[in-house]
Amino acid sequence: MFKKDMTPGSKSKVKSSAQRGIRAKVLESYPLLEPYIEEILPKKEQLDLVKLPDRVSLYTLGSTPLFFQHMDDPIMPHLTLVHKYPDAFNRLRIDRGAIRFVLSGATLMAPGLTSPGGRLPDDDEDEEGRYGEDELEAGSVVVIEAEGKDTACMVGVLRMGTEEMKKVKKGQACEAGHYLGDGLWGLNLG
Amino acid sequence: MATPSEYPKQVIYCGVCTLPPEYCEFGGTVKKCEEWLEENHSDMHEKLYSQEVIEKNLSTLSIDAQKRAEKDSQKKAAKAATAEAKAQEQRATSKILIKRIERNKRKYVTAVQGLEAFGLDIKKVAKDFGKKFATGSSVTKVPGGGEEITVQGDLSDDIYDYLTETYSDIPEDNVDCIEDKKKKVPS
Repeated sequence: MFKKDMTPGSKSKVKSSAQRGIRAKVLESYPLLEPYIEEILPKKEQLDLVKLPDRVSLYTLGSTPLFFQHMDDPIMPHLTLVHKYPDAFNRLRIDRGAIRFVLSGATLMAPGLTSPGGRLPDDDEDEEGRYGEDELEAGSVVVIEAEGKDTACMVGVLRMGTEEMKKVKKGQACEAGHYLGDGLWGLNLG
Repeated sequence: MATPSEYPKQVIYCGVCTLPPEYCEFGGTVKKCEEWLEENHSDMHEKLYSQEVIEKNLSTLSIDAQKRAEKDSQKKAAKAATAEAKAQEQRATSKILIKRIERNKRKYVTAVQGLEAFGLDIKKVAKDFGKKFATGSSVTKVPGGGEEITVQGDLSDDIYDYLTETYSDIPEDNVDCIEDKKKKVPS
């Protein structure tokens, strides 16, 4: 979505009623964020909405980007937010070989997740239970981490359910929404 | 689940390529990133760039994939290097023109061209000009394509000083003041 560098469009203040709506929606999609919601989206603070190319809207608090949304698609967290609260999202892990493709904006393919270095929910090799136990449906928002790295490298929408992925082990797994080093990442909100 | 007191997590971002340092190796400016990290966060540098880690990283990939990755990263590095050289060259050669245009006998406007080449947002600069000199200042389209800042009043010398003072990455030699005598024929 953000392969090219881009310039932010108009910035406008979000109405407080809309802000409540956003807050509710964020909590609905990411219930695990609940303990921290007051830190992320303080009730009293004024949110800003920045328009980006391709009908993407980005919600920011001051100059920190928080969430972005393409039209009425699910609301997705910005990677800086993911880095701050990594445990609050559904996570998958890719193997080392796939990192460089992800960082250049490719659609994530299933083998990157099913190979020994990758992790899917309910994985036998996942001892700590970091990656959850419930299978994820196609269309859910996931954070992609990488083998041997602590921080996440991508936020995307699943193209394929994780159960199917384990069976088929082929094809597109996750659409690249926002990845490290893309236009949204490099966006200057001054 | 970790306790809430651990949050928000503080993540260090590389000062060169803005990614978390772990991902610098995929950025194409690895050398610089490494130097930066060594200077600013030496503990992390040790963790990420020690010999063991590098070897371990390599061993997880098959030889074939390694080669491909190597080639890819080289290409990326070269690309990044040329892009940077190009940007620098452009910066060195491009000129900022400050034009004094006569509008109506004793009245002038000042046009400033070529600020984009120095990575400035001309909309913002125009606003700053307006604030600084207390005049109208706007971004206008130039017939030949591109945009310029038009400031009301004869401010060419003031703008010259202001530009060279506030934006340190603009070399003084690259700013030119010229006088445009006639623009419109009086009707």
